Amino acid sequence: MVKDNTTGSRIFDVFLIVLLAGIAILCILPIWYTLAVSLSDNAAAGSGRVGLWPVGFNLSSYKEIMGDRKFLNSFWISIQRVFLGAGLNFVIILLMAYPLSKSSKELPFRNVLMWVLVFTMLFNGGLVPWYMTVKSLGLINNIWALVLGGSVPVFSVILVVNFFRNLPKELEEAALVDGAGPWRMMMQIFVPLAGPVIATVTLFSIVYHWNEFFNGLVLMSAADHYPLQTYIQQMVVVVDANTMTAEQIQRMSELSNRTLNSAKIFIAMIPVLIVYPFLQRFFITGITLGSVKE
Amino acid sequence: MVNKGFAKHYYLMLLPGFIWLILFSIVPMFGIVMAFQDYNPGLGILHSEWIGLDNFKYMFSLNDSGTILFNTLFIAVLKILGNLLIPLVFALLLNELRVIFLKRWIQTIVYLPHFISWVILSGILLDVFGYTGPVNQILSVFEIKPILFFGRADLFPALVVGSDIWKEFGFNTIIYLAALTGINPALYEAAAIDGASRMQRIRHITLPGIQSAIVLLSVLSLGNVLNAGFEQIFNLYNPLVYSSGDIIDTWVYRTGLVDLQFSLATAMGLLKSVVSFIMITVSYYLASKFANYRIF
Repeated sequence: MVKDNTTGSRIFDVFLIVLLAGIAILCILPIWYTLAVSLSDNAAAGSGRVGLWPVGFNLSSYKEIMGDRKFLNSFWISIQRVFLGAGLNFVIILLMAYPLSKSSKELPFRNVLMWVLVFTMLFNGGLVPWYMTVKSLGLINNIWALVLGGSVPVFSVILVVNFFRNLPKELEEAALVDGAGPWRMMMQIFVPLAGPVIATVTLFSIVYHWNEFFNGLVLMSAADHYPLQTYIQQMVVVVDANTMTAEQIQRMSELSNRTLNSAKIFIAMIPVLIVYPFLQRFFITGITLGSVKE
Repeated sequence: MVNKGFAKHYYLMLLPGFIWLILFSIVPMFGIVMAFQDYNPGLGILHSEWIGLDNFKYMFSLNDSGTILFNTLFIAVLKILGNLLIPLVFALLLNELRVIFLKRWIQTIVYLPHFISWVILSGILLDVFGYTGPVNQILSVFEIKPILFFGRADLFPALVVGSDIWKEFGFNTIIYLAALTGINPALYEAAAIDGASRMQRIRHITLPGIQSAIVLLSVLSLGNVLNAGFEQIFNLYNPLVYSSGDIIDTWVYRTGLVDLQFSLATAMGLLKSVVSFIMITVSYYLASKFANYRIF
């Protein structure tokens, strides 16, 4: 990189550091604020006296949540959903991406199958027909509705297909000469080389299944089947403002348990905050490798 | 080298995925016929009365439909513009940052909001912009009376677009940053020797260097003209802001799954699906023509 040491350029550098660091802080400030409120005294939070540091530090809201059966139940449903959903996605993505990375000579109708896949990504039947289908499959109130409801993660399949297609042909030919069959070829040659892209699509799957609330809301009819995000959406976010005046909303916001709600919100963020740093170093490589074509 | 015997194994591998796809993506497409029926759950799709385009006629006769179409387009277009421009500026500034460790840290932090759900972020936003929340506390220092931000129809689109850009701008810089790494550093050195200032280098080397990425992202974003962001608006809106915040997707949800007017909701959903599909197809065509882009 060019060294540029004029005074103007130096001032610009300092300005840049301050500006960009400021923007980055703006990105985590609301998360930090939520943590501060969750650790504060409820009266202080309700009257808006909490800033960036807890006022009247205490853990009572976290203790209360630990005894909240509904919250823990939803948390457990979300954990199950993530393991089943991300696990299934992982298997299906590999099983679809490997054959589809072959040419139409090796896999007849490959292009037709590929276009069907892309078509389902671009066009859908809409909310009501989709709901009717899941209902007629008898999956209402069943955790498999949450696992399967979003259908095949087509975008991830295409990302992995493109990655596989860019691997050198010689690897495959060498393994073929050594007598490797299609399954062995996939598991021992292709999958080990696709680490970053597989990490990327797995991150997407985990985050999708942890964050998704709408299928939980629509496909689960009772609160004890709700995944965590749906639980939070129903308990914390939804305010029936149908008939309320501004004064009533004001009074309600003072009465509502702000510290407890903030603690619930913060706990719901924790799994993403834990997974993210481990996988984020992969996803940039994963996305760019998977989307660049020969 | 082609081994013919492998093909049957390949189909076996594809089987579970395609069964899943058929059940949850393709079967629902046939449900679209409901849009042309007076669907009655008791009779089912096969026996409900066929009424042609009556649902569509009724839909366009509603006062709501003009409002929700306008709201959807208005919010979606503002989001598209913001999500193209702001990440571009941010990527250019980040590219000028010479302290490498700081650059990494900033990248890691600004990508984070992308991975947090709208349920969570809405909970936070409603609190931050709440009646006694920090924003109103700060305003009170300037003697401004508390504002009920999410109860004001005139402010709602701005809050939605602003918070969406806040959530996504970091993640949207990834493609720009990837394109920036492809620029040959020798170009900058040559320009510096010729006496080009920093601004001139950005103007004449960096921008042309990522031009194709800019064109590609702009073209592909055409497909989003009707995507105003269901998850976000669903979690932030309330009846006080329907006039400026109700969009196609939220309307379809309320009409179809709350009021149980299945056919009407399917008709509106179909309208959206078809228009989006056309826009995406056009955008892919343009992308392949002008930016040499292939999906696979």
